[in-house]
Amino acid sequence: MNISFANQMINLLAALLLLIAFAMLSQRRILRLIHLFAAQGFVLSLNTAIVAATISQPHLYFSALLTLLLKVLVLPWLLHRLIDRLNIRWDVETLVNIPTTMLVGIVLVIISFNLALPISQLAGTITRSTLGIAMASVLISFLMMITRRKAVPQVIGFLAMENGLFFAATSTTYGMPMVVELGIALDVLVGTFIFGIFFFQIRETFDSLDIHHLEKLKDRE
Amino acid sequence: MTEVVLVLGVPLIGALLQALWGHRPFAAGVNVVTSLLTFLASAALTARVVSLGPLTVMHELFFVDAFNVFLVALTAFVGFTTAIFSRVYMRIEQDRGKLSAGQLRLYHSMYQLFTFTMLLALLTNNVGILWVAMEAATLATVLLVSLYRTPAGIEAAWKYFILCGVGIAQALFGTILLYLAAEKVLGAGGTALLWTHLNEVKGQLEPTVLGIAFVFLLVGFGTKVGLVPLHNWLPDAHAEGPTPISAVLSGLLLNVALYAVVRNKVLVDGALGTHVAGNLMMGFGLLSVVVAAFFLSRQKDVKRLFAYSSIEHMGIVTFAFGMGGPVASFAGLLHMTAHSLTKSAIFFAVGHAAQKTGTQVIADIRGLIQVSPAVGWGLMLGSIAILGIPPFGVFASEFLILTTAMREQPWATPILLVALGVAFAVIFSKVQAMVFGETNARRLPHPPALFPVFVHLLIVLLLGLYIPPYLAHWYRQAAAMIG
Repeated sequence: MNISFANQMINLLAALLLLIAFAMLSQRRILRLIHLFAAQGFVLSLNTAIVAATISQPHLYFSALLTLLLKVLVLPWLLHRLIDRLNIRWDVETLVNIPTTMLVGIVLVIISFNLALPISQLAGTITRSTLGIAMASVLISFLMMITRRKAVPQVIGFLAMENGLFFAATSTTYGMPMVVELGIALDVLVGTFIFGIFFFQIRETFDSLDIHHLEKLKDRE
Repeated sequence: MTEVVLVLGVPLIGALLQALWGHRPFAAGVNVVTSLLTFLASAALTARVVSLGPLTVMHELFFVDAFNVFLVALTAFVGFTTAIFSRVYMRIEQDRGKLSAGQLRLYHSMYQLFTFTMLLALLTNNVGILWVAMEAATLATVLLVSLYRTPAGIEAAWKYFILCGVGIAQALFGTILLYLAAEKVLGAGGTALLWTHLNEVKGQLEPTVLGIAFVFLLVGFGTKVGLVPLHNWLPDAHAEGPTPISAVLSGLLLNVALYAVVRNKVLVDGALGTHVAGNLMMGFGLLSVVVAAFFLSRQKDVKRLFAYSSIEHMGIVTFAFGMGGPVASFAGLLHMTAHSLTKSAIFFAVGHAAQKTGTQVIADIRGLIQVSPAVGWGLMLGSIAILGIPPFGVFASEFLILTTAMREQPWATPILLVALGVAFAVIFSKVQAMVFGETNARRLPHPPALFPVFVHLLIVLLLGLYIPPYLAHWYRQAAAMIG
């Protein structure tokens, strides 16, 4: 693939990734949040495939395929089943202060671009300019986890954070060695299963998936 | 090679067997036998490394040297004694209707899986796999923390999962940065994350990147070590889970997480050529010691009390490794050993004490020594040992750390001394009230398994009186490698 064209595509996809991260930050419907998560996975997988085609690194095709399977098909499917079983498909979360959250998100983007600058100068990859975006999407997912009061969106934030980390790995080093990538994928998959079990345990015990109930264990006087 | 396969294979097969038959009456016995076999395999591995020196096996996938073989032996040993304790403890819990057969099966299977992930984290040569194994260790224990399905248990497990998950994600970012620096020197592909290769070229790694990477790695793995201010999950997870899990979390998981930090510190020190990484660790360590010591007096729950004490001791070890140098690292390793043996012994005694009185609230546990002298004395002696009273090993290591600190970081010594003094006053007065006085405890349906308590305390006593020359040599080798 033509390098300059590929470069433009990669930048475009990176921008899309950041846009999706912001969309997730402000999305109140659980169902749409899952759609956004799947879209983010798709962008990630496409990006990896384009990088693979440009620099002809065959192992990256494999990791693009792995991303496609795990983050576009399996995890969203699992989440869909979960919200069906929990009967929260149409839940709308009340989020306070969306504008403030977005502003904080913008500040995070500026911080990550600054932090990424010295590192990305050292990276020799064609994708190095996107490291800032990768870091920003990690931090925005983190922000999302902090601002959410319900268990399922919090977990989607957690998974989105892993997406950001994966993007960071592709953009600085063309991905981690295969063994490590497989290990991480396994951890994420098992983690999602356990989160699923937890949702039921929390619901059974507290009759709701609101994290407010989970703030009682302080150092009791 | 065979030994490494056995050390990792036995617990993995054990986990599979327990997943199928873990609810049967004989499962607890199988758990003990599997853990014993793991321990024997690790002893064989240790003997081999002691006689032949460091070795790498299976295309350098695994790597054993003086530093990790000592932790492998410790992990397998405490895993074995905890299995002995857990056999009786969990039977009593089941008799009291706190656990169903399915929950017991989950418990046994995850216990073995947890042992496997910790041994994998210790033995792997690949820094990326080290991360994967640490995350897997969280995954294996998180459902055990919520095993009783109480509201508090579920809350503790959720907190543990989210906080450690976010923390460990930071460590992944650090690992990615490490790979970025390594790839420049070693070329892309599998070898660039192998610790042995990284260690050879650590002087050529890009210092800026490694500096940033270490901050992420320390915060990430530091969350699992329980360093303040990332410690919030630790007291909850220790207090709400079954006691054998509290014992292995405190005695083993914290050590393994600290091991991950130290392995990375060796690389960062080599690349930076300065003491930045050490200073960071000293700062975090000292903060943990002080904060934990002052939180001790507020604790009403006996398992939370000793969980905070674990934070304090991990702080001391982190401080020692941060200080660096042969003596401090030696003391740090000794303290790691003594703490994990003593703390697990204390949790065994505390577990039976809580079963006898039916509560974990300190104020409601009274006069243990009247009902069961063994439990009472076990708790008393364990507390004396952990507080650093002379004949025990904890005294020896704390003494070494303090005297080194006096010479190298004089400003830190008074802070450490005050914190240790506060911890002493608080824990001693609380434990004394629990052990002596009028009793409200009752007899247990099965005789408590106190054999492991006294074995652990005996070893800690021996470590304080006399460190065998081969063990001292072994510590010295490991300390020289840590630097």
